[in-house]
Amino acid sequence: MKYTRFALSLITIGLLAACSSSPKTDGQTGAAVEDRSSASSSGVDANRVVPVDANSGGQASYPELKDPKSILSKRSVLFDYDSYVIKDQYRPLVEAHAKFLTSHPNVKMLIQGNTDERGSREYNLALGQKRADAVKKALSLLGVSEGQLESVSLGEEKPSCSEASESCWSANRRGDMLYSGEF
Amino acid sequence: MTLRIPTFLRATFAACALALASSPQAQLAIEITGAGANRMPVAIAAFEGESALPRAVTDVVRADLERSGIFKIVELGPSPMGAEAPPDFGRIRSRGADAVAVGTVAPSSAGRHQVQFRLFDAAKQVSLGSQAMVMSPNQYRTTGHRIADYIYEKLTGEPGVFSTRIAYVLKSGSRYELQIADADGSNAQTALASKEPIISPAWSPDGTRLAYVSFEAKKPVVYVHSLATGQRNVAANFKGSNSAPAWSPDGRRLAVVLTKDGQSQIYTVNADGSGVQRLASSAGIDTEPSWSTDGWIYFTSDRGGSPQIYRVPGSGGEAQRVSFEGSYNVSPRPSPDGKSLVYVSRNGGRFQVTLLDLASRQTQILTDSSKDESPSFAPNGRMVLYATEVGGRGVLAAVSSDGRVKQRLSVQSGDVREPAWGPQPRN
Repeated sequence: MKYTRFALSLITIGLLAACSSSPKTDGQTGAAVEDRSSASSSGVDANRVVPVDANSGGQASYPELKDPKSILSKRSVLFDYDSYVIKDQYRPLVEAHAKFLTSHPNVKMLIQGNTDERGSREYNLALGQKRADAVKKALSLLGVSEGQLESVSLGEEKPSCSEASESCWSANRRGDMLYSGEF
Repeated sequence: MTLRIPTFLRATFAACALALASSPQAQLAIEITGAGANRMPVAIAAFEGESALPRAVTDVVRADLERSGIFKIVELGPSPMGAEAPPDFGRIRSRGADAVAVGTVAPSSAGRHQVQFRLFDAAKQVSLGSQAMVMSPNQYRTTGHRIADYIYEKLTGEPGVFSTRIAYVLKSGSRYELQIADADGSNAQTALASKEPIISPAWSPDGTRLAYVSFEAKKPVVYVHSLATGQRNVAANFKGSNSAPAWSPDGRRLAVVLTKDGQSQIYTVNADGSGVQRLASSAGIDTEPSWSTDGWIYFTSDRGGSPQIYRVPGSGGEAQRVSFEGSYNVSPRPSPDGKSLVYVSRNGGRFQVTLLDLASRQTQILTDSSKDESPSFAPNGRMVLYATEVGGRGVLAAVSSDGRVKQRLSVQSGDVREPAWGPQPRN
């Protein structure tokens, strides 16, 4: 069992290395391709091996992330119109994920911010970033290490609901938490 | 020394080119929805010998001039008028044309044709100029656009934009394609296909490369893509989001929006991704940079509480607020002469393309639609291309900078969005 996971991790590291280096071209020094799944450019020990969970969603190692009965299977924080503040109702959810991340320091999370479709795509991308940053900040304040978290925006590009109605728009104003292997 | 390509190989190349072009359903169809008030009547006679081409060059010329909204095409009938003999000015005047073009297409060497044409002032009965060019038969469209550009410039004093190209994103189902087409929507070709969204294409000033944002890595990353080779490199992939690329006028640097240090802020990088520098700092969101030819970077910022247009020198410095009316002004694009600005303003819940004269500070809403996005100027500053929605579907539209001439470009199925008008081709 353990061996299988280790072998898969090695394969994944290889794959990730291949992915992250392929878009690079000569002369690129300033904008190094970030490898979100392993140690980034922050100058860590070159010999350190970061275990990566190869199983999509990590369900084999961390079944609680997928178990519908576990709060950790819930991943979305919804926001009010023109708001970037996490509502009280999501506190238990954010705290549960913070607890999971602090007790699993090798697990990484990508937080994707989203907006409704109204207005400029690029401005919405910046607004979605504010939602992702709000979730990231809440997790950081609860003790999650900065290196485990990346907040990005999908703006209005990946709506979960595509009708032009308020109920749909509110479903699209959200921050999604994805664990290693899910993005 | 020139390379001779055997005929059968040339046919193979043509077949490949056809296969690469998109399906008929994905071709943009153009529709004229508004024309200028005082259109100049011009006649484009059928050129002598053009029936030997796959399609008449003068069909392309007429469609281009008509579409500009500045000219009214006067029909002269199917009989051709050659470039050699003087035209029958009496007949042309009786049809109401103020200007007329006549021409001759004759076989030249190696299966190519020589096109010679002359433009006349029909009232004064004087030549306004002539031109000759050599073309291969399948270049009838390119040749037609060049003739239309010549006529447009002779009659208006401004360069035409019929030979330019546009970039846009076509979304069909869950597939995204970054496409390049002629300014009239024909010849659509796919530069990039992806399962993930593509936004914000921006043309390099020489028209050979596009910078854009692709979400293929599950986050926004800025790429630079050479159209002729399909080769691309990452221009910005820092931790967080990378977006909104804009080229410097010399084509060396890109302004980009990064979140690596916190909120969305504007930086500049070399096109190969090296040499990142922060351009400006604010407590809010700074995004959508756009470089003007006179060295300003216009951008959207909510530092004052609502999204408004600001500008900062391209070399950095103090930001100045540019838009003052309303509570939502975004997506600024300066005109090629730097004298005006187009952007999207929200007016009572409607998002509309608006023109601002930078000297007089007068604004004019150019459209009557309500979901306008991503305006960009034609290289001669006469038209503005933008995305909007008709019947729940994304379409492209163009409006003249006086708001009179209106066109719409749509596909049979799928959404078209994120247009960017390319620069003048360099011959």
